Amino acid sequence: MSTAAQGFLALELDGDGAHPAAWRKARHTPAELLDGTRVRATVLATESAGFHVATFADGPLTPASSDPGGRDIPGGLNALQRAAFAGPVTGSIVLVPEVDTVYTEPFHISTQLASLDYVSGGRAGWLVAASDRAADAAAVGRSVVASDAVGREAADSIEVSRRLWDSWEDDAVVRDVATGRYIDVDKLHYVDFESTVESGGAGYSVKGPSIIPRPLQGQLPVLAPAGLLGADQLSAGAVDAVLVSAPTPELLAGEIAEARAAAPAAAIIAELDVVLDARGQSAAGRLAELDGHTPWQSSRARFVGTAAELTGLLASILETADGVRLHPAVLDVDLEELAQLVLPALRRRGVLAPQQTGSTFRHLLGLQRPASRYAAVSVPSAASAASAAEN
Amino acid sequence: MTDTHIGNGFVPSGQLQLGIFFQGVNSGTVWKSPESGSQTDFESFRRIAQTAERGLFAAFFLGEGLRLREHLGRPHALDVVGRPDAQTMLAALASVTSRIGLVATQNTTYNDPADLAHRLSSLDLLSGGRAAWNVVTTDNAWTGANFRRGGYLDHADRYVHAEAFVSTAKRIWDSWEDGAIASSPGASAWAAPGSARPVRHEGKHYTVDYVPRLPRSAQYRPVLFQAGDSPEGRDFAARQADVIFSAHPKLDDALDFRRDIVERAVRAGRSANDLKIMPASEFILAATPQEALEKKNWVRSLQIGPEQAIAYLEQFWGRELQGFDPDGPVPDIDPVVEETSETRGSGFHGAKAKQLADQWRAEAKDKGLSIRQFVSARTSRGDSSFTGSYAEVADRLAEYARTGAVDGFNISPWLIPTGLDDIVNHLVPALQERAVYPTEYAGSTLRENLGLATPVRQEAGAGNTAVGNTAVELEV
Repeated sequence: MSTAAQGFLALELDGDGAHPAAWRKARHTPAELLDGTRVRATVLATESAGFHVATFADGPLTPASSDPGGRDIPGGLNALQRAAFAGPVTGSIVLVPEVDTVYTEPFHISTQLASLDYVSGGRAGWLVAASDRAADAAAVGRSVVASDAVGREAADSIEVSRRLWDSWEDDAVVRDVATGRYIDVDKLHYVDFESTVESGGAGYSVKGPSIIPRPLQGQLPVLAPAGLLGADQLSAGAVDAVLVSAPTPELLAGEIAEARAAAPAAAIIAELDVVLDARGQSAAGRLAELDGHTPWQSSRARFVGTAAELTGLLASILETADGVRLHPAVLDVDLEELAQLVLPALRRRGVLAPQQTGSTFRHLLGLQRPASRYAAVSVPSAASAASAAEN
Repeated sequence: MTDTHIGNGFVPSGQLQLGIFFQGVNSGTVWKSPESGSQTDFESFRRIAQTAERGLFAAFFLGEGLRLREHLGRPHALDVVGRPDAQTMLAALASVTSRIGLVATQNTTYNDPADLAHRLSSLDLLSGGRAAWNVVTTDNAWTGANFRRGGYLDHADRYVHAEAFVSTAKRIWDSWEDGAIASSPGASAWAAPGSARPVRHEGKHYTVDYVPRLPRSAQYRPVLFQAGDSPEGRDFAARQADVIFSAHPKLDDALDFRRDIVERAVRAGRSANDLKIMPASEFILAATPQEALEKKNWVRSLQIGPEQAIAYLEQFWGRELQGFDPDGPVPDIDPVVEETSETRGSGFHGAKAKQLADQWRAEAKDKGLSIRQFVSARTSRGDSSFTGSYAEVADRLAEYARTGAVDGFNISPWLIPTGLDDIVNHLVPALQERAVYPTEYAGSTLRENLGLATPVRQEAGAGNTAVGNTAVELEV
């Protein structure tokens, strides 16, 4: 994707915010985090603030180890289900759950994501996660996948989903009353995927076809963090967007350029932690107070300051990146500042793409709806040839 | 006369509940009518779920697809097919409904206990305590071809495996102490340290070592449905399930089934009324008996067209029968396979093909049935069908309530998405007039609405050899 004149903004919605102590500043009781009312309110606030994309962190089954004292939130609702729950009650925001690829079943993931595309009217994407933690392997009774094989596990899982999403051609459901056929079986395809990864001694295969017709978008956009996949996978178009991190905001530009060189066809999304002045408190003061409870360890660039300064920084990042994903320290507090001060200012500057009701994630990324890879093959399938031979 | 006595202390509730089973596959769903809507668009699911909720239905059911049905080696083309992931769809429906239960059919063979228990827990919390799990098992390698594990489970082991799986899931759901989460943001910790107990399981087929991530829901834990009808399946349900999705809707069969389940439940140490029974059923209704009968003939002609009739026989003959007239007699040629080469994934098993063909030919000849009439009679599940005027059918159903034969019916609508409209608009009021159907939801959770008791906390390793929180699966 070439750099568009206008960019998009994503907001990460997990928990009460990106800071581990965020729950102490939330505007609800701790238990209310884990219900549908909270999910609905948060996503609707994000959509009405003008964000283009909401992401839902999840991935591993087990909580992060960054909280050795066990004082912060130990768990959360399944990310894909939160995104699905938000689908029918939203109209323009893109819904992107994080889903692990290493300790999950690729067939189930593919079906779940395709279903998310249906319940959101084509506003779904997939943020690929790849766990390298022993606890996640133990939860499902698998041996640990070596860290150098994790990227290939992720690439295989993406490939399985992409093939399954294509395994029903767009016009496979024919409902032809005259011949009594609900589907045209020539437009359904076995995917016959064979894993190339020998992780824990076990490769795997997936036969197909999918159990659900082709997703509304044909292919859901797939997002992955820079560095997860190899150069050959990126250049082969395994992902549609790459998430880029850097130790400081100043270093993001270099990383963005590098990611664009590695994946010229993909959208580049910069990752940014955000703490804003709010409620009469300086951002630095808020951060110090939160860190006093639990220190915030993050590999992302961090912005701590005023709404006006953040507006300038985002406009500058969007000159080279296609989008920015914000990780608010405290969702309830920072989202309000973003909604009231930052996004309106960016819109006035004309650097944000318009929000479009009823549009798709592919459209936001400037991607065409692709034909099924199997539709291009016009020779009869082996099965239909065999069946003809029997007659 | 039907023996309505049940015994073992069973007390009929005198009430019925309704569920809706959105099938998504098989011939029961009519797709050839101009009124037949999409099987995948969210609006179809929203429309029928909201109609069901208007009719105070207890539950909305979805099946689970793990591999497409096949016919003679290719995907089966003649019936509706292509359905969403159950839990993803139910999570979406949770946001546009507020009372109806959300039941996901999920397989114990091709899911991991920690992952599945976590997702069901998540659905339960998102929906405010409305989630349920319809536990099913699979053993064949044909389905396994879509999964990392492949085929690994013997038929004989499937319930042993399923029960260990369900026990593990219950321990995961019960692992958090009640009230573990802080009541205010000013507390020293979000959850009291150590309030989630690790769950460990070591068995022949899988191991689990997991610290659960979610607390109990408003209904404590997801409700468990079970549908297996073999003696092993019934005992499994009697020990583990809350509701049986049964295959016995005919009144005398239903009474026999109730009696059997009550005996098994009592033997398993439960009370006679602990298990609810909701048979699968189909309703074809109209204002008058005559109209209902005409409607039934029309529905049957759309469910089993000439192509489906021939294809149905082909499953058992194991060969193409395209040359035979659907309106003529059952084929006089013999099947080419010893065992039936059934449509994979449709659940037909076992009978010797030639013997079966002889039997069917004789039966069709005796009754003077064409291929199409014969297949229609076989597949219509005549026993599960309630055809008649609203008043007639309401009277019949009231008898089920009076005798306690069932606790309700799980309706498979033959039309999507409008197939519940006449039931909700006409049958439900007729049942309410007869005082056998609720006039409002009893509560906000599925457990309350089904009248189920709060579950007893599953102690570590119950039913297994337990050492602390580590359960060792007993497998033969």
